[in-house]
Amino acid sequence: MLLSYLPILILVLLAAGFALATLFLSSALGPRRPSKDKLSTYECGIDPVGSARERFSVKFYLVAMLFIIFDIEIVFLYPWAVILNSLGLFGLVEMFFFLGILLIGLLYVWKKGGLEWTT
Amino acid sequence: MTVIQVVFFLVAAFTTAAAFLVVLAKNIVHCAIALVFTFFGVAALYVLLDAEFLAAVQVLLYVGGITILLLFAIMLTSRISARGVRVMNEQVGMSAVVVFAIFALLAIASLKGFALVGSPPPASYATASLGRLLLTTYVLPFEAVSILLLAAMVGAIILARREREKD
Amino acid sequence: MVPLSHYLILSAVLFAIGMFGALTRRNAIGILMALELMFNAVNLNFVAFSRYLPSTMLQGQIFAIFVITIAAAEAAVGLAIVLGLYRNFKTINVDEINLMKW
Repeated sequence: MLLSYLPILILVLLAAGFALATLFLSSALGPRRPSKDKLSTYECGIDPVGSARERFSVKFYLVAMLFIIFDIEIVFLYPWAVILNSLGLFGLVEMFFFLGILLIGLLYVWKKGGLEWTT
Repeated sequence: MTVIQVVFFLVAAFTTAAAFLVVLAKNIVHCAIALVFTFFGVAALYVLLDAEFLAAVQVLLYVGGITILLLFAIMLTSRISARGVRVMNEQVGMSAVVVFAIFALLAIASLKGFALVGSPPPASYATASLGRLLLTTYVLPFEAVSILLLAAMVGAIILARREREKD
Repeated sequence: MVPLSHYLILSAVLFAIGMFGALTRRNAIGILMALELMFNAVNLNFVAFSRYLPSTMLQGQIFAIFVITIAAAEAAVGLAIVLGLYRNFKTINVDEINLMKW
């Protein structure tokens, strides 16, 4: 049974090996003659405006947080879907209860403007 | 030594090395990347333990979700200019002693307490039986999870929203 | 086959590493990462026990799923708290946030 994971292992090793080999070869073979202009920040050829260390908007965090919550929902939906046929109406009701409570959360977030990107 | 054992020791060494990096790395972004490798190592261990659904959940939630959340939080809070400062507090020595004592305790308990547990029964694994257990015997915790997620959603929105009003 | 104690020792190692990180890190996000390591060690224990002790059925895996769920919710709220700390103190080094300490 573990043998069926062999292709994944080979894929992972190939991907990691290719990335490492590319990094190593480009640093080993490529000539490096740094100058002041080459090391400066490249922003489409014009002089960069402001600091690159600017803080990101908290909206990114909110989106990631919502993603995790609904990711968990998927985790619970999958085993439910596998045995839905044998559970009958009972399974349907309890999953809709589960989804209903999460829907309340989604409506709350929506109302508070957590889903709007531009304000 | 069988192939399984070799695989186990390789995965265990990989996971432990990544975990050390998580705790000891100076740059917090490096810690997050090392954490991804630790999670992958643990997922591989789940596969070795015939818990394939959990391995998938591990990759989906930890690697795909929590690490992204951690990286966003790092982006929002870290000042890269604050490089070269200490990453550890003054309790390193004391913590090392305590942690080593706890590890010794756990190791002794693991070695002595479960010496009689032999080889596992043949794998009889199916996600279906997991789902059946989850939706019949453990249906109350399952529904409680939805309440927990609702509370987490509301809490995180309230904690993060305050910033919006100030802007 | 790998004996059960191997998994338990590995889990103890991961737990000890995570605990060391949680005790010594100054960055609050680093502490949360160490906590996630400890969660993983515990889950590994649960899954190993549910595999090696046939009488427990799959209960260990059920527990692991709930632990992962709670870890995710904890990360969402915990990181929101860290963002709040950063907003109020302009730092997330926990030893500099000592307003309520003697």
